Amino acid sequence: MNRTLTKPLADDLVRPLFHTSVWFYAIVLTAGTVVACGAAAWAFQVWNGIGVAGIRWPVFWGFYLVNFVFWIGISHAGTLISAILRLVDAQWRRPVTRCAEVITVFALMIGAMFPIIHLGRPWLAFWLFPYPSSREIWPNFRSPLAWDFFAINTYLTGSVLFLFLPMIPDLALVRDRSTGWRRRVYGFLAFGWRGTTTQWNRLESAMQIMAVAIIPVAVSVHTIVSFDFSMATVPMWHSTIFGPYFVAGAIFSGIAALIIAMAVLRKTLRLEAYLQPIHFENLGKLLLLMSLLWAYFVFAERLTVWYGNEPSEMAVFWATQRGEYAVFYWTMVVCNFVIPLPILGIRRLRTITGCVIASLGVLVGMWLERFLIIVPSLAHKQLPYSWGTYEPRPVELTIMAATFAAMILLYALFSKFVPIISIWEMRAGDRPATPSATGDHS
Amino acid sequence: MAYRWGMAVDLDRCTGCEACVTACHAENNIPTVGAGQAARGRAMHWIRVERYYEGDFPDVRVKFRPVLCQHCDAAPCEAVCPTYASHQSEDGLNAQVYNRCIGTRYCGNACMYNVRFFNFFNPEWEKPLNLQLNPDVSIRSVGVMEKCTFCVQRIKAAKVLIKSENRDLKDGELQPACAQACPTTALVFGDLNDPESRVARLSHSPRGTKLLEDLGAEPKVTYLQKQAWYEPDAH
Repeated sequence: MNRTLTKPLADDLVRPLFHTSVWFYAIVLTAGTVVACGAAAWAFQVWNGIGVAGIRWPVFWGFYLVNFVFWIGISHAGTLISAILRLVDAQWRRPVTRCAEVITVFALMIGAMFPIIHLGRPWLAFWLFPYPSSREIWPNFRSPLAWDFFAINTYLTGSVLFLFLPMIPDLALVRDRSTGWRRRVYGFLAFGWRGTTTQWNRLESAMQIMAVAIIPVAVSVHTIVSFDFSMATVPMWHSTIFGPYFVAGAIFSGIAALIIAMAVLRKTLRLEAYLQPIHFENLGKLLLLMSLLWAYFVFAERLTVWYGNEPSEMAVFWATQRGEYAVFYWTMVVCNFVIPLPILGIRRLRTITGCVIASLGVLVGMWLERFLIIVPSLAHKQLPYSWGTYEPRPVELTIMAATFAAMILLYALFSKFVPIISIWEMRAGDRPATPSATGDHS
Repeated sequence: MAYRWGMAVDLDRCTGCEACVTACHAENNIPTVGAGQAARGRAMHWIRVERYYEGDFPDVRVKFRPVLCQHCDAAPCEAVCPTYASHQSEDGLNAQVYNRCIGTRYCGNACMYNVRFFNFFNPEWEKPLNLQLNPDVSIRSVGVMEKCTFCVQRIKAAKVLIKSENRDLKDGELQPACAQACPTTALVFGDLNDPESRVARLSHSPRGTKLLEDLGAEPKVTYLQKQAWYEPDAH
């Protein structure tokens, strides 16, 4: 196999690293300001007490936990999709994988902050870590929050490796094209990559191992996040369907985030030649599949609750179906199902614009889904006397806005310092060593 | 033999006067948060009197139900705490170690009785109200959960006393503040492991039920009330 990188392709894809447009500074400055506001809001909350947020008795979990589940869900974009596409050797994956894997790493970093942000005493968060202390106290391994800690850390470690391994040849390429301090930094990150056959073989085996290993980890992560809810005897939380329901929802929102990120990259970095309509078309089909799967889960969940007619569950059921949360519920159904279905189902509408519109809807819908799982149940527990309500306060909204800005900021910085499309994989795709078993996808 | 603290609440005796609520606040240094914060769901009452109305006006009956921590044997709040701040004591109390609590509030969500309360801010007492604080009870800081302890400070003091006098605890000698303040003796506290204690006998009364018993948390508080089959107009 000829792995030599031809000039034009590599030139095109490393261009953003050496030429900075004014837009880059504008985006970094704007997003950075919002992130700074979020940091200030959190400092304000730590200083004054968590009471500045809207959480209350009996809705002890609010926007912070909604955003936690949302971002951990988004993180299923990358590693999982990219691992599956690698394993089935789908040729069209090549320009998509790195965009996806980056989303995973950054969404996990953002999502994992929320369990700390929402703590009453975040300065003691290290008590969740299993470390040998003089008091010989370990975390409570029966607590789903302790399971969360291990699941998220495993997934973060795995997805960082999964992102980094296929970056090594590209980092070496950037190293060879740069001088001065850049050469030293990229040289360090490239781990002495020379492109020998031994190195290629090792890289390929390592990536195969990671691709297989990361799939069960990704599935377990969102299952365990769902266990935070389903382990408690709270109405409509205590459900056996939650594991697969959350995993499906996570992949659903992850694909939507990936489509939006790709559309933005395509415009801002002028990658039209690489991120082609076919990639959006294929991801759009995947999104359609997940939309149908999501609707099936919601139907199965709602029907069994309604048919079972258990009083405490029916209180939550009706609150979401036609009560105070009905407007959010039906918006969710429209965003997750009614809008995406025709756009993604009709070939003529499944364009880049169509896919982006559907994806934006899915992001809104999936965020609302997490809100509708967490808040109405806590507000309608078994004793009607203690029913309550919840509304977010400015500090929660600021921190939420800051996480979206943080995603944009991290993504902009990453695509500035690392080729966002895997150059060597694009090259390898041009001259496959063996004919693809699944035929020509591109 | 180890103690196993429990309570019987006679709903037929409860008049809804809320003396128990006031006594609990005074005994346990529970802060009052003010009208604004109370409207935002930050009020803390380790024991509360729930009011339920039956019938249509003018033929209305109101029913009172004092609800406090049920000190469940299979407490859902304990399993979910990642730091063991919420745990079962040797005497069967659902203890909360304030110093160990990091404020995930998971216990409050898992508790089906909603009897756990969170310190959203550091508590404050306007002068001279700070002088009436009970020196036997620690003040809870911002970010920790708190809840009914069955007045564990009184339990500890009674244990020290009987040990120094080398005798057993007499039934009724030890009372939490709520039971002590109840003018109709609707609240009866004692050792469930002593079959002769009043609370043990009342817990086996045919009038007794447990709150949300079918959820399987095995609460140690028994509610007594005239059962439906005694009622002439029972449906």
